[in-house]
Amino acid sequence: MNITLKIWRQKNKQDKGKFVTYKLDGVSTEMTFLEMLDYLNEKLIKEDADPVAFDSDCREGICGMCGLYINGRPNGPEKGVTTCQLSMSVFKDGKKITVEPWRSKAFPVIKDLVVDRSTFDKLIQVGGYISANTGAAPEANSIPIKKEDVDRAFDSGICIGCGTCVAACKNASAMLFVSAKISQLSLLPQGRVEAKERVQAMVLKMDELGFGNCTNTGACEAECPKEISLSNIARMNREFYKAKIS
Amino acid sequence: MRRFFGSSVTKKLVMALAGLFLITFLIVHLTINLFLLSDDPDPFNKAAHFMASNPLIKIFEVVLMGGFLIHIICGVILQIQNWMARPKRYKVTYPSQTSFFSKYMIYLGIIILIFLFLHFMNFFFIKLGWVEGDHENFYGIAHDLFHMPQYLVIYLFSFLILAFHLNHAFQSAFQTLGLNHAKYTPVIKGIGLVYSIVVPVGYSIIPIVIYFFK
Ligand code: FES
Repeated sequence: MNITLKIWRQKNKQDKGKFVTYKLDGVSTEMTFLEMLDYLNEKLIKEDADPVAFDSDCREGICGMCGLYINGRPNGPEKGVTTCQLSMSVFKDGKKITVEPWRSKAFPVIKDLVVDRSTFDKLIQVGGYISANTGAAPEANSIPIKKEDVDRAFDSGICIGCGTCVAACKNASAMLFVSAKISQLSLLPQGRVEAKERVQAMVLKMDELGFGNCTNTGACEAECPKEISLSNIARMNREFYKAKIS
Repeated sequence: MRRFFGSSVTKKLVMALAGLFLITFLIVHLTINLFLLSDDPDPFNKAAHFMASNPLIKIFEVVLMGGFLIHIICGVILQIQNWMARPKRYKVTYPSQTSFFSKYMIYLGIIILIFLFLHFMNFFFIKLGWVEGDHENFYGIAHDLFHMPQYLVIYLFSFLILAFHLNHAFQSAFQTLGLNHAKYTPVIKGIGLVYSIVVPVGYSIIPIVIYFFK
């Protein structure tokens, strides 16, 4: 099929950037979205033009590297998929596709469609972990944990840190990401030990890094490739109040 | 600014609590307004007089004004921070969200604020003695206003906007308070929806009845 791509091109952080239109024929519906971009880049390289920079790693929806804003939606029109899992079959022949990088003060563009998401790393560094001794892993079953708690912690823990929530949110808020990380740990006894310090440190850092404030719009939940629930944000709020009063 | 007003979550909490307080007040105010439907001006004027003179209500009034101010100040600060969080906007956007009116809360809020100012000019400032008017006969003032078609339209429009604002506000406040539950959240959302329709409709019916039948 033939498609017309309108892609954000920006040489570096300082460059103002602009949209460039590419006409691409011979796109197969069996390609993934990233394979289509690879195909475009091969063409550009042959023409001695600068290929479009975009991020990817696993290409199977687990690393969280690949997010792109496609036709006004993070990861395109399909529900519950990352950009690398998006198939070209969802687009009609002759379709115009606009591709933009994540837009957020906290995710500055490095080049073209690649953004710097190290602010997420900074959030993890202030509390998204548990302190444990090194050495042999302890016996997993020595601390009994309720099945429902394990399941809920798992549902939060599947967050891949792709930044879709920030990209989708009209406020560029990172609250879904932060709350998923907080929930995943605070639901388990191993994570409870540092729960108080964790929630305060992470919320403070999140504000400091320039992410917006959640207005409970729910776009993050609607667009999250892992379908992480808004209830995580409510839990984070609860944890925060509890930490503040106790 | 951040140190003074606290973290994002704190500001959201304060905003939600102030909002819930205002939501409760809307019911109190509506109850008094219903007296306007009576042909006898006395009950309404008595209620208005009671509101104006009772010392306990005086204290409540200060709290209420505080509630408005806090709600507005927090809302504006949060909104400015939110605009700053995305300096470069998307070219193409697709509306994906679970709560439609949440995207327009600040604009809806501004319209409500403008109406509130008009409302204060007509009633509250008269009571305070800042604006000329017969503060013994608020019933008469209200009836006169409601017989003006322009005022009626502004009034009804304002309450439509308030309905939109409340539609998101109610459930959003509970989410901010941390009250999200698989079983109860749908109930809260249902109550919020009913509230956001019933209360503004309640307010709107009064001037319509007065305009056409009284
Ligand atoms: S490339 Fe790893 S999630 Fe898409």
